[in-house]
Amino acid sequence: MESSIFQFILRHSTRHQVVLTIMTLASFPFLYASLDLPKRIVNEAIAGKKLPETFLGFHLDQVSYLWVLCGLFLILVVLNGWFKYIINTYKGRLGERMLRRLRYELYVRVLRFPLPRFRKMSPGEIIPMITAEVEPLGGFIGDAIAIPVFQGGTLLVYIAFIFIQDPVLGAAAVSLYPFQGWLIPRLQRKVNQLGKQRVRAMRQIADRIGETVSGIQEVHTHDTAAWHLADLSHRLGDVYDIRFEIYQRKFFVKFLNNFINQLTPFFFYAIGGYLVIHGRLSFGALVAVLAAYKDLAAPWKELLDWYQQKEDNRIKYEQVVEQFHVPDLLEDRLLSAEEDLPLRGTLTFQNVGFGEDGGSRVLEAVSCDIPLDGHTAVIGIGSGRDELAQLAARVLLPSSGQIRLGETDYTSLPESVTGRRATYVGATPYLFSASLYDNLVYGLRHRPMRAGEHEEPPERRRRRLSESMLSGNATYDTRADWIDYAAAGCDGPADLKARILKVLTLVNLDDDVYAMGLSRTVDPEQRPEVASAVMEAREAMRAMLEENPDLGRLVERFDPARFTMNSSVAENLLFGTPVGPIFQPDALASNPYVLHVLDKVGLTDRFLEIGHKVAETMVELFAGLPPGHEFFERFSFIGFAELPEYQALLARTAKDGLGALRPAERTRLMSLPFRLIPARHRLGLITPEGEKRLLEARRVFAEDLPADLRGAVAFFEPDTYNAAASIQDNILFGKLVYGQAQVHSKVGRILADLVNRLHLRDIVMEVGLDHPVGVAGSRLSAAQRQKAALARAMLKRPDVLILSEATSGLDTASQNKVHSAIMEDRKGCGLIWVLHRAALARAFDRVIVLKDGRIAEQGRFEDLSKPGTVLHEMMAAE
Amino acid sequence: MSIAEEVECLRRIPLFANIDTSKLKLLAFTSERMSFRAGDVLFHQDDTGTCAYILMSGEAEVMVNGPGGPVPVATLASNEIVGEIAILCDVPRTATVRAATDLETLCVPKDHFFQLITEFPQMGLEIMRVLAHRLEQTTLRLREVLSGQR
Repeated sequence: MESSIFQFILRHSTRHQVVLTIMTLASFPFLYASLDLPKRIVNEAIAGKKLPETFLGFHLDQVSYLWVLCGLFLILVVLNGWFKYIINTYKGRLGERMLRRLRYELYVRVLRFPLPRFRKMSPGEIIPMITAEVEPLGGFIGDAIAIPVFQGGTLLVYIAFIFIQDPVLGAAAVSLYPFQGWLIPRLQRKVNQLGKQRVRAMRQIADRIGETVSGIQEVHTHDTAAWHLADLSHRLGDVYDIRFEIYQRKFFVKFLNNFINQLTPFFFYAIGGYLVIHGRLSFGALVAVLAAYKDLAAPWKELLDWYQQKEDNRIKYEQVVEQFHVPDLLEDRLLSAEEDLPLRGTLTFQNVGFGEDGGSRVLEAVSCDIPLDGHTAVIGIGSGRDELAQLAARVLLPSSGQIRLGETDYTSLPESVTGRRATYVGATPYLFSASLYDNLVYGLRHRPMRAGEHEEPPERRRRRLSESMLSGNATYDTRADWIDYAAAGCDGPADLKARILKVLTLVNLDDDVYAMGLSRTVDPEQRPEVASAVMEAREAMRAMLEENPDLGRLVERFDPARFTMNSSVAENLLFGTPVGPIFQPDALASNPYVLHVLDKVGLTDRFLEIGHKVAETMVELFAGLPPGHEFFERFSFIGFAELPEYQALLARTAKDGLGALRPAERTRLMSLPFRLIPARHRLGLITPEGEKRLLEARRVFAEDLPADLRGAVAFFEPDTYNAAASIQDNILFGKLVYGQAQVHSKVGRILADLVNRLHLRDIVMEVGLDHPVGVAGSRLSAAQRQKAALARAMLKRPDVLILSEATSGLDTASQNKVHSAIMEDRKGCGLIWVLHRAALARAFDRVIVLKDGRIAEQGRFEDLSKPGTVLHEMMAAE
Repeated sequence: MSIAEEVECLRRIPLFANIDTSKLKLLAFTSERMSFRAGDVLFHQDDTGTCAYILMSGEAEVMVNGPGGPVPVATLASNEIVGEIAILCDVPRTATVRAATDLETLCVPKDHFFQLITEFPQMGLEIMRVLAHRLEQTTLRLREVLSGQR
């Protein structure tokens, strides 16, 4: 990468800079003409001196001549403006392209960093460098050559103009420029140093903020917020000091410039005035010179600003780029080459060492043979096991020694071989913030395989593609189908889904994905097959519950004509699932439409009374408890903080009746009945008569619902799939009954049986694959993340699978299950497994035992497990 | 059955007989109603106990594992409490309890029970009294048994 910004600019945009310069130069004659014209208008057309006989062969009188000149002036104004517009657009585009190229190149470098580099460099430093720090460079690159040429040219034109008018005045006008040209860079130098300091300080702040975010748990665990605040405050103080000094110096430079610039007019008025009085200079000329000088100040100021900006950007560029100049950057070839080579034979480590520069060696003089058609266990005491695995996966490169695959140098193989034919899974794998499916097929997305469908018009696509090329960016299409089905041993998407489900079963993640699927919603328009299968299941469930009263007791199905005792009053009224915030249970009491419905069926007063009773009961039950008692959270309709208000309210209604309530208090009381679940709360407040009225309200609610609110609720309809409810709720189409022993597990079993009987499980699991895993997989448990990473690796069917304590987060039962499933699946294929328990090595063909980064012993398990070996010792210690 | 009836039922249990209505109401409100079909098992012997059951209606059988399978040792009827030993002191269930008929119970979770005792010491005193009473009864019986042996 170019080490200075001008090298970068010239290397990638010389042609554009030349075009810019030509355009700029082409605009000069018009600029000059627009300067000259006013003088002619004043001297010739207005003053009437030296009126030409003919103009372009036409005879003109004074007034017509004025019109013509003014017309010309107007044309020039338009032309100059147009030039400016064209040049600015061109500059802007050039700057953006170069910025895009720069960012892209920096990102490429990040991908090429050797892994140990990331121990020294945090995302907090890298991200602002690529995003914010280089941002101003874009604006500058367009100006880098054009501004000095344009403003310098303009300046020269003006100066030449003044010189032509009068050499002495010209000399006077520029007399102080050499002095300024000498002084300013000297003053600027200190500002530059400060600028560098500022960038460094800001980077450290970014780094600290990143650390705080990552370690937020520790901050709260150890009560260190104050320490972090102090640290940040101190650093912000440093930045403040630096910036303040920069301002002082910058503005001093500005002040000096302004002062020097104001000195020049002094010479004009003095010398020019003297010359005019003595008749050695025309009055018109002095006016024009003064006008020109006024314009002279502008480009000169621009030039000085450009200089300051150039320095600023030069430093920014250098400071960013130097961070990306890493000596042992991975060769570009390793990432981009497209080769294929089956990993067969034996992986031979010869005297391999690994360690950080200057640090101690984690692995030292490791020599071993790893056959790639068998199973090798790596166990050990002390460091180096995981590093050995990563070296075998070519994720790390050895610091010394050689790794060979037969005759080939393993470390020089491109990632198109090692990244597809070998796979490493560590103890804390990373999942990307996408759906589980996307994470599972992540390992199959190496290059675009088939053109994808585009909504964009082809015109726009072509333009975007050529734009990518002009910025030196990758031209791969993100919308293409990148999945390498063949690598997974599949012939298409449907086959792949089936294989994914198999792999999920293999890593014991199938039940989790099934559960995720049950709790997801599906858009029936996009996936009609899922919706119809679910409707079939609903029907089967209905039949089953009706036939078997023992099961029927567990679920209360939704019936449009019946009140659901196990649903809240709110749900009974809506008889549907709220979509969006409008009909959320808490918002109902203040929703005008709901109030209108209650009014219409004459339930408003009854609601107030029930609300009043609920409030009374809550106050009676919970008033004696201390603040913050968990019962408030779990059982009370009223929070502890609200208790006094309710007590006051109740005291007043006891005296004046419910009629005396203020509107806010009415809403407050009205909101309570909505939360009642008759079967759970057993307060006896919803009478059969009340149920009937609520059913009436339910009917009115649906009937009168205005069109604009129609989208805010998805009604329960026995024969229609409810898009707002989960698959499980759609199948049950009812509520679990309160007070039935083990109702959850019983219904879960019934549901699972039903799903299996109808062959729905695969469909539910496929829906479960859409589950978003969250940032870094945070919506999955640690065990689920490990299983997902295992599945991702197995799906690729690598020649050699390298696992490094990849099942450490699983409980013992599933660990055993997954271990034997993987061993079975990898029969006859390469498997290198770093084990956390030595006894597990029994099932492997070969065992490598590490002790403090050196190989202590290697060979067959039977040969090594004799008294006196490290392996024996380790097993004894377990 | 509503809270009011549950409170009435609780009041008939000696353990709760002298406790304020409002506290009983709170206990009822925070406890879950649990129905069992005849033959359903409330809990098995040697399980860890998480709640006590107050029988509201129906009957339950208490069985202890013998060499030849479970042996019925007692029958419980409404207004009786079962499973309170396991939640008072952390011991596994000492017997299996099965619903003999359809059974309505109030299930008092262990932590609620303790929280109520901590909040309302008067309840603790009451329980202490009942337990002491039971101990005295047991001692009495033990003495009888011992004197009978002699």
